[in-house]
Amino acid sequence: MARIAYLLPLLVFAAIAAWMAVPLVRGDDPSVVPSALIDQPAPAFTLPALPGRDDGLSHTDLGGTPALVNVFASWCVPCLAEHPLITRMAEVDGITVHGIAYKDEPADSIAWLERHGDPYTRIGVDLDGRVGLDWGVYGVPETYVIDADGRIRYRHVGPMTPDTVDHTILPLLRELSG
Amino acid sequence: MIPELGHFALILALTLAIVQSVVPHIGAVTNRGPLMKVADPLATGQFLAVLVAFLALTYAYVVSDFTVLNVVQNSHSDKPMLYKITGVWGNHEGSMVLWVLILALFGALVAWFGRNLPPTLKARVLAIQGLIGVGFLLFIVLTSNPFWRVDPAPLDGQDLNPLLQDPGLAFHPPFLYFGYVGFSMAFSFAIAALLEGRVDPAWARWVRPWTLAAWCGLTLGIGLGSWWAYYELGWGGWWFWDPVENASFMPWLTGTALLHSAIVVEKRDTLKSWTILLAILTFGLSLLGTFLVRSGVLTSVHAFAVDPERGVFILGLLVIAVGGSLALYAWRAPAMKAGGLFAPVSREGALVLNNLLLTTAAATVFLGTLYPLFLDAVGGSKVSVGPPFFNATFIPLMVPLIAAMAFGPMMAWKRADLAGVLDRLKVVVALTVVIVLASLYVYGFEPVMALVGIAMAAWAFFGAFAELAERTKLGKIPLPQSLSRAKGLPRAAWGMTIAHAGVGVAIVGMVGTSAWLTERIERIQPGDVIDVAGYAVTFEGVEYVQGPNYAAERGLMRVTRNGEEIALLTPEKRFYPVARMPTTEAAIHTTWYSDIYVSLGDRDPDGAWTARFYYHPFVPWIWIGSVIMVLGGVVSLTDRRLRVGAPRKVRPVPPARPMPTLPQPAE
Repeated sequence: MARIAYLLPLLVFAAIAAWMAVPLVRGDDPSVVPSALIDQPAPAFTLPALPGRDDGLSHTDLGGTPALVNVFASWCVPCLAEHPLITRMAEVDGITVHGIAYKDEPADSIAWLERHGDPYTRIGVDLDGRVGLDWGVYGVPETYVIDADGRIRYRHVGPMTPDTVDHTILPLLRELSG
Repeated sequence: MIPELGHFALILALTLAIVQSVVPHIGAVTNRGPLMKVADPLATGQFLAVLVAFLALTYAYVVSDFTVLNVVQNSHSDKPMLYKITGVWGNHEGSMVLWVLILALFGALVAWFGRNLPPTLKARVLAIQGLIGVGFLLFIVLTSNPFWRVDPAPLDGQDLNPLLQDPGLAFHPPFLYFGYVGFSMAFSFAIAALLEGRVDPAWARWVRPWTLAAWCGLTLGIGLGSWWAYYELGWGGWWFWDPVENASFMPWLTGTALLHSAIVVEKRDTLKSWTILLAILTFGLSLLGTFLVRSGVLTSVHAFAVDPERGVFILGLLVIAVGGSLALYAWRAPAMKAGGLFAPVSREGALVLNNLLLTTAAATVFLGTLYPLFLDAVGGSKVSVGPPFFNATFIPLMVPLIAAMAFGPMMAWKRADLAGVLDRLKVVVALTVVIVLASLYVYGFEPVMALVGIAMAAWAFFGAFAELAERTKLGKIPLPQSLSRAKGLPRAAWGMTIAHAGVGVAIVGMVGTSAWLTERIERIQPGDVIDVAGYAVTFEGVEYVQGPNYAAERGLMRVTRNGEEIALLTPEKRFYPVARMPTTEAAIHTTWYSDIYVSLGDRDPDGAWTARFYYHPFVPWIWIGSVIMVLGGVVSLTDRRLRVGAPRKVRPVPPARPMPTLPQPAE
């Protein structure tokens, strides 16, 4: 019995290591978590606007032109890392970027946007993360490419890098605008 | 030529490490002195070789040698010299070289100053250190060579991420690695003890200084990181429960537990297998931190270039190091005989409680950090865990920990009298009540948690001095006698008092800025005056400045109080053209008990600016408290009792003398 207690740390560690190994051994690109929603219409949702703004975000706002939906939060440090890239896409490349403020106090979101700039066309407030759950949001930040028919075409988990933007996201958007 | 020299030195270091990990061990098993002694020159050689490699890389950065790919990717000829140098470890490959340099330094320190260690123990410790070195040097040479050349060479580099071009973050990694890697010493000693099948008070006395030194480094590293987060990212935040912050915080929690449980091993010869387990876990968590940042399994602003191949390699290292040592633990630890028995209410009991709470806290952070991963692996629904989870689980664990902090040192070993301890703490209780009433008077009832927090802080702070007061018989005998008693106290007792008081100071900062922050967001025109918690801030306009590798808009804000000028604050919005990234540089005026914090936002088309003004009460105390904690650790390190294993020249003492239990409670 006592010996089993000493084995316990090893067993727990083995379980954890196996868990961590699964995605690595499968050879997944860690930033591409496949979404069950790829090529499906975006789930129906309606999110309220940030206080003081009048444009919330709902599924009816998607479609028409290809766009990005970026899930962010003021408490999320990686979101800040990718923020300049989103700003560049919106301002230089003319991409429509919508935001979902995920599990974030509206006052904090507003403060964050004021401090770092607001590249978003529309922003929906997902305070309890309910809509995030429908979208399968895994963590912030996350970015979805939506085509002109309002379908999800690509999903990026984690902060975007100049490389993903230039070689994956912008080419895809260009192709969708075709 | 110089980069090739560095590359060669790395391979040389790897070769030396391989020999160091095998030969001394054979010597220890077969009890052949010359084979064991070979570990010393090997450890020195490994250190020198890695040092050459590190200097070669630094040289490439200093002269901006853009034929080296690593320099191209992370530097730029216009970058200030400070950031050229710190750029060496601002990237994955270079930071690994720094990691191995510190590892080799620790190994060499054991070789140089561990004269009084029993020869087999020393040989085994160095062999394990060598083995860790082999793993990481292989990793660098095979997957992360910093000396890769590029042909044709580009004209200039791509610049370091502007967020990293900051003094706080520039010196954050070296301290952090000093901590991470320093725990490898406790780990090597633990494995060596398992191999030897022996843990005794002398062993604990050798392990403690290394653990303490590593803990000091880690505390400073985490403190610098959070300070950086406060002024660079922050709008009042100083800790974000970011996966990478958590990765450094977990070994800190278990390392703190290890410091305390090693005391029990040293004084009471018990809790041995638990202490060994903590040593393994602490280093394991340090490795996990290294793994998390580099594998890309979790994303973070700190994440280095992600490469799944590297992830697999580090995971392999982690499995071999931690899995192997836990297997060894399962096999050998049951043979460790427990020493002295103790009642639940005793000094030992209090330290066990400390350990349970700290490790539970570490487990909580672990769960919160890796939970999304686990759900992903089983294909379940995907949920993310943010600060709300950590605040709800972590704080309830810290309250009893702080509450017990004042009790622990007052308790007797083996069996203590709780009522008696409470009686001796009545002055502390009274002082705590006074402080809580004072903060009630100043800040009112809201929020109630703030009062709890202040009570905890006062309790920790005054409690830290209670034991000191008792041991110097303060107030019971004439003051000069008390002072001379205080002088005679062991440094370790002073160290504990200082470190525990530092915890109290830091808590005041955390509570103050979370509960009593004043915040104003204003649209301002030149000439506007904003009132922030009694300070008048005048906006005098914006000027355009050109930095060495950025362009900036700089706001001029004059801070006055009752007409008296206090400071000119200059918050900036910078743009780094090479990296194509803007950054916001807040301006802070500190009064030591509070900060006035101003950051400049966007300019409206009509010429008005958005700016944010904060008054952060007590926030500097977070970092002052951390520094006091480190100071306590350093004072404790100078204790004569610990010098046996510390890197300091002492006359050789007869090794491994069974230590009589010390009569006085010295922690």
